[in-house]
Amino acid sequence: MTVNGEEVTREIEGRLLLIHFLRDHLGLTGTHWGCDTSNCGTCVVWLDGEPVKSCTVLAAMAGGHEVRTVEDLEQDGKLDPVQQGFMECHGLQCGFCTPGMMMTARALLDRNPDPSAQEIREAISGQICRCTGYATIVRSVQWAAAHEAGSRTDETDSPETVATGTAS
Amino acid sequence: MTAVDQHPAAAFEDNDQKPVGHGRMLRKEDPRFIRGKGRFCDDVQLPGMLHLAILRSPVAHARIVSIDTSAAEAHPKVKAVVTGAALAEMGLAWMPTLSGDVQAVLATDKVRFQGQEVAFVVAEDRYAARDALELIDVEYDLLEPVIDARRALDPSAPVIRDDLDGKRNNHVFDWETGDEAATEAVFAAADVAVTQDIVYPRVHPAPMETCGSVADYDRIDGRLTLWSTTQAPHAHRTLYAIVAGLPEHKIRVISPDLGGGFGGKVPIYPGYVCSIVASIVTGKPVKWMEDRSENLTSTGFARDYIMRGEIAATRDGRILAVRTNVLADHGAFNGVAAPVKYPAGFFGVFTGSYDLEAAYCKMTAVYTNKAPGGVAYACSFRITEAVYLIERLVDCLAYELKMDPVELRIKNFIQPEQFPYKTKTGWVYDSGDYEPTMRKAMEIAGYDELRAEQVERRARGELMGIGISFFTEAVGAGPRKDMDILGLGMADGCELRVHPTGKAVVRLSVQSQGQGHETTFAQIVAEEIGIPPADIDVVHGDTDQTPFGLGTYGSRSTPVSGAAAALVARKVRDKARLIASGMLEVSVADLEWQKGSFHVKGDPTKSVTIQDIAMRAHGAGDLPEGVEGGLEAQICYNPENLTYPHGAYICVVDIDPGTAQVKVRRFIAVDDCGTRINPMIIEGQVHGGLTDGVGMALMEMIAFDEDGNCLGGSLMDYLIPTSLEVPDWETGFTVTPSPHHPIGAKGVGESATVGSPPAIVNAVVDALKPFGIRHADMPLTPSRVWDAMRGAPQPPI
Ligand code: FES
Ligand code: FES
Repeated sequence: MTVNGEEVTREIEGRLLLIHFLRDHLGLTGTHWGCDTSNCGTCVVWLDGEPVKSCTVLAAMAGGHEVRTVEDLEQDGKLDPVQQGFMECHGLQCGFCTPGMMMTARALLDRNPDPSAQEIREAISGQICRCTGYATIVRSVQWAAAHEAGSRTDETDSPETVATGTAS
Repeated sequence: MTAVDQHPAAAFEDNDQKPVGHGRMLRKEDPRFIRGKGRFCDDVQLPGMLHLAILRSPVAHARIVSIDTSAAEAHPKVKAVVTGAALAEMGLAWMPTLSGDVQAVLATDKVRFQGQEVAFVVAEDRYAARDALELIDVEYDLLEPVIDARRALDPSAPVIRDDLDGKRNNHVFDWETGDEAATEAVFAAADVAVTQDIVYPRVHPAPMETCGSVADYDRIDGRLTLWSTTQAPHAHRTLYAIVAGLPEHKIRVISPDLGGGFGGKVPIYPGYVCSIVASIVTGKPVKWMEDRSENLTSTGFARDYIMRGEIAATRDGRILAVRTNVLADHGAFNGVAAPVKYPAGFFGVFTGSYDLEAAYCKMTAVYTNKAPGGVAYACSFRITEAVYLIERLVDCLAYELKMDPVELRIKNFIQPEQFPYKTKTGWVYDSGDYEPTMRKAMEIAGYDELRAEQVERRARGELMGIGISFFTEAVGAGPRKDMDILGLGMADGCELRVHPTGKAVVRLSVQSQGQGHETTFAQIVAEEIGIPPADIDVVHGDTDQTPFGLGTYGSRSTPVSGAAAALVARKVRDKARLIASGMLEVSVADLEWQKGSFHVKGDPTKSVTIQDIAMRAHGAGDLPEGVEGGLEAQICYNPENLTYPHGAYICVVDIDPGTAQVKVRRFIAVDDCGTRINPMIIEGQVHGGLTDGVGMALMEMIAFDEDGNCLGGSLMDYLIPTSLEVPDWETGFTVTPSPHHPIGAKGVGESATVGSPPAIVNAVVDALKPFGIRHADMPLTPSRVWDAMRGAPQPPI
């Protein structure tokens, strides 16, 4: 298979899951594992451009196909706007769900460059984040949408927090 | 492919808000996480590393008749199979829990809950280890399980802990607080008394990263290195020294990046001990990572309180007293992670934010055939249960008095001039100004308009609810005269070293599970000594590299270690002042500090920066008499009190009358955590906690059938909110600094988890008012709300 643009060939057990192949055999530990039941989405990678849960794909099934992981988001020392958006808008805390979230977000923006908040929520609804409460993830993806290279909203400021307050 | 035309290293340079100190600043830890370069426990790969898997009990209560491991041992990839009997020979079959009980590492005599550890296998890879588990044959003699805590003290109930000398029942402890007689007198004379049975069901913190460890024992020099998913690396090191008899200076515990903790990574789990034993036995590094069902069925649960609450008041709504009787389900081993003198954690703050005449609580804790735990899931040592109780009771009272729940709360708030306020259960609230916080939440929510809208909708038969909660938390354990865990005082160390070029490293005893310590602590130090946060490295989570301290839980990092960081920086600043006086040839009294430099009073042109001073401190020139070279300091901070953050939450729900599905339409959270160090991080902490609240109030529960089978053992059964179940949070804040914390900060990590469940339940119950409902228990799933709409809400257990 091709992983992040590089051809890899390995002798593996037929039952080996793609997640374990990536992590344990290729050392690509940016993709995480979080459940036994295909619910959490910390394992999301791309298979031929589609986000998939790599805990639910046999490594052998990915033979001959293209796999892309979080490690490939940064290109030539340039961060993907999605990566930057997550930093700008506090879209991560522990960082465990983050690679999966970013891979889904990138796929969404490739198909829909200007998604609504609801569309973003639907896109990541098969993935769980236990830390952020999702609102900052939505803002992060919106930030990325607004800052894509060539985007007409390139100059938009980062979505501000809605916190208002007074000191007593 | 799209990419931002900017070098990643420049990301922070472009952050236009780069405060040298407090303020919104992007996180220093993010660049590694967004590249998939975080280092989590399961990412640790060592040469020759073996994999460990644990065989767990399929039943809740049974005597072990025999264990046959021969087939597993014969597996070609298996290196070792260890049972409880083998551990017993090493004296390691049992270990102390954090609350003075013992827990089986591997069961020897009986299994006491479904999912309990029975044996482990060490093999060449993780698949082979799992395969070999299937080859172990255990014969069980089934015993009657005790599942309902209400039945645990029945004389006919089987005794779960017959391993304890002379134990003839399932009683763990009785505990009380407050004044029983005074409370009874107030109740007897009160106009109104309302009694309500309230259950806080068993839930689970379920961080996205499960628990695990990698143990690497070096047989030659006797050194153990343990990477483990722990929120308390120093406390764990000391416990391993005690349990395993290893000398403490030979143990290094590393808590790498943690994928969330929420209190679930405070206890020592048998798996950690097994990995240590396995590495000692095989002489190889050994990794153990549990799967999700192991995580949900065997690691620390939270809550499980069956409460009867009573509230007494005058007819015009003056709350006089609160009384409660609690039955606490502690599972099969008392593994509560709380300060020793507080077997019920800080549940004693159940008097809430109100000025009462009397209060009393009586609690009984029991063993059942369920997993141990109790204090976890961002509960601030059981304040979740306390806040839920009082905030539900106040709403029940409002219902009976036909009063607006906001009006009733405001009428009874402790007033600003009453602080420090001593509660009727002995807690001394440090500071608070409650009404402005409540008003701020009402203003953001548009409270009056919401009530008007509700009237209209009700008239149309729609079910809209508005729920309020107002909480006061007690966080930052704690003063060492009162608080310790297994004899270890809850003070925190901190070290700060400024290098010759003015860059610094600060070493913390606490570590992060996502809270952003590398940023917040750099900002705390920056605020005090004026070195930019980018120039301050924060080291944490490694016992060889950091001073002793008790770890991150109970929202204690900022109240305790945050204070330590500020004070250690002031100590460095004091020394810098001495050096500056020599450099500027004036007396110390003639110097003025301006963040980052000292200048001569009245002449700002004569100044030296902290960086100049650092170079001089390490340089060749003379230093003032009595001043040693170097620019560093160390401190151990013992807090004089807890900090008491507060907050006002308003939740708006709509219930579909056809399906009984609850939708959280809006959630307004106004938090007061004193001085705000990084507002972005604070907001993130609040958002996460609010999501927990939606989970607990509407979805999450670890349920059991009558045989003790755990019904919440996967994320298909234990439902956690996704992006579709939660609204876009609306947050606000007020600032009431803590008078005793050096920078006035209070903890905030758990405020929203503590404060939000009652707001949501109060909203649902408010929506159901047309059905004559005064209370319904969590989780308010459609089927349970449906029952309530039929006028028959059921307790969940
Ligand atoms: S690991 Fe949870 S969905 Fe793949
Ligand atoms: S950032 Fe921790 S799970 Fe999402």
